[in-house]
Amino acid sequence: MKALKLKKEDLYAYLESLKSYGELWGPVKRGERYAYARLVNVREVALQALRTILPPKKFFVPPRFNMFRYSEDRYTEAFEDVKPRVLFGLHPCDIHGLMILDELFLERFPDPYYKKRREATAIIGLSCIPDDKCMARSTNTHAVEGGFDLAFNELGEEYLVWVGSSLGDDLVRLNLDLFNEEIDAQDLQKYLEWRRKRDSRYKLNFDLTGMPDIMELSWDSDLWQELADKCLACGACSMVCPTCNCYNIRDVSDLSLESGVRERHWDSCMNKEYALVAGGHNFREARAERLKLYYTHKLKAFITEYGKPSCVGCGRCIDTCPVNINVAEVIRALKGQEVKV
Amino acid sequence: MTGNSQIAASAPSANPFMPEQMRIVRRSDLTSDVRFFQVRPVDMERALSLDYKPGQFMMVSLAGVGESPFSISSTPSRPGMLEFCIRKVGRLTGELFKYKENSIIGVRGPYGNGFPLEKMIGHDILIVVGGLGVAPLRSLLLYILDNRDKFGKFYVLLGARTPAEMLFRKEFFEIKERDDLECLLTVDNDPTSQWPFNKGVVTDLFPKIKELDPDNTFATICGPPVMYKFVVAEFLKLGIPKHQILMTLERRMHCGIGKCGHCAIGSIYTCLDGPVFSYWDVLHMKDLI
Repeated sequence: MKALKLKKEDLYAYLESLKSYGELWGPVKRGERYAYARLVNVREVALQALRTILPPKKFFVPPRFNMFRYSEDRYTEAFEDVKPRVLFGLHPCDIHGLMILDELFLERFPDPYYKKRREATAIIGLSCIPDDKCMARSTNTHAVEGGFDLAFNELGEEYLVWVGSSLGDDLVRLNLDLFNEEIDAQDLQKYLEWRRKRDSRYKLNFDLTGMPDIMELSWDSDLWQELADKCLACGACSMVCPTCNCYNIRDVSDLSLESGVRERHWDSCMNKEYALVAGGHNFREARAERLKLYYTHKLKAFITEYGKPSCVGCGRCIDTCPVNINVAEVIRALKGQEVKV
Repeated sequence: MTGNSQIAASAPSANPFMPEQMRIVRRSDLTSDVRFFQVRPVDMERALSLDYKPGQFMMVSLAGVGESPFSISSTPSRPGMLEFCIRKVGRLTGELFKYKENSIIGVRGPYGNGFPLEKMIGHDILIVVGGLGVAPLRSLLLYILDNRDKFGKFYVLLGARTPAEMLFRKEFFEIKERDDLECLLTVDNDPTSQWPFNKGVVTDLFPKIKELDPDNTFATICGPPVMYKFVVAEFLKLGIPKHQILMTLERRMHCGIGKCGHCAIGSIYTCLDGPVFSYWDVLHMKDLI
């Protein structure tokens, strides 16, 4: 993969030139936290941001959008006009999250709504130094080798810029003069040092090998009920998870009752109606069953299917759950370590 | 707007979520709350080319109401018409029952794995049905009758609560007259006292099964949840291998194509990997039933 260098002082100038490709989005400060927002002023970008409140999935599967318009019995596709856009500042875990969504939405029965938004969006990654809630090293999602168009890696006073796609190459050429193609042995040293520094900062380190077996053996564990006694079933863990993709559809009529829209909106397996069917039978009425499904899906099912967990270690559930149920606590508990439940 | 964004008349849209327009050709009541629908794509060429497997399902859309999955009750060996056997049980079915002949509904599919016909061909078949379980199994039953020479011995055991609640009663009386299969009917109760066949639960019929080579048999069951335990026990007693005992499962579904997540069971999606599962699947994948 091609690598270039960009001086840190030139970042804002480069971000500005990205606007000639499309809308520029990146993390900005919102109170004490961070959120992806349109960067009208490139100096608003929060380079120190670790995790945004919502993951970048909101750009590809918006929390609510229209799939169809209907008029009497006729359906018409309702595609929102998605303009070309550049998403700057995705950390490796979020890029991995996006790659998992790609597998779900683009492989078998491609989802045209996802595809359209995905194809309109350039992804620019940004390296990060983890905090005490990051566990991406355990999920092996702390580095990226693909899934981006450009990836910026901090390197002292410069960024090492990986070019990951032909679109990425186009994006570099928007302002080629800012980039330096000379990479020397010192850069390699700096890069290796930076990696060591990053890796040494992880406070949450788990061995996730054999997780499917451990989950299987914990199927009847009291743990699930103990967690359920505490869980509020609010679904916030699903909303903030970069790989949670469950949704509901709902037809919303306009006032004439003759036409309306079929909308799609985020759902969570924590919601009580998640597995309720007509006639009143609920396949997952117990909160413990729904919690178990959530964590089975993250730590067992996905590994069985794709050889990797569908947790990317971003730490958002750790940051968000009001009663401190999160993937780290569940792994600890499953592996027989003392946790406060 | 391109031609694609309008509903496709003769081929399914490139958008897998787009319902195809289909016409309700005929509807008739099977019982007080179960209705039989014959449905056909508006375009006749499409109607004749629509292919599916017994055991698959379709998503039925009513504009302004929503979308729900339904088993296909017809057989692909009789092309041109899709048939559904639907109980009025929720919001969408409540509305669907208001739709008259010639109404247009949205339908997309077929989805799911369906029955493994390629494996079942050449084997003896034992179908056990209770109540509304006939909805998916009628498709398999008619398929086998239409391809009778491709299968071995054929047993059908059908149970209902009362004669009045036996779905497709007339059809089964006719099938019962055929000499190329053994079709046994039973009802739990007979308030009319005019029921000429067996009274009792469907497992009572098992002793009447003669000369079945268990290793060479595929057994299928669909019915109310309470049935499974007892019927599967009978299958096992007959010596039918666990992976040749097939059942079709119900789950909440909003997409039919492995996206919405609701039908997830462990690492599988009922809509993609099911709804037909073997008893072995049930044993090793917790949560299935």
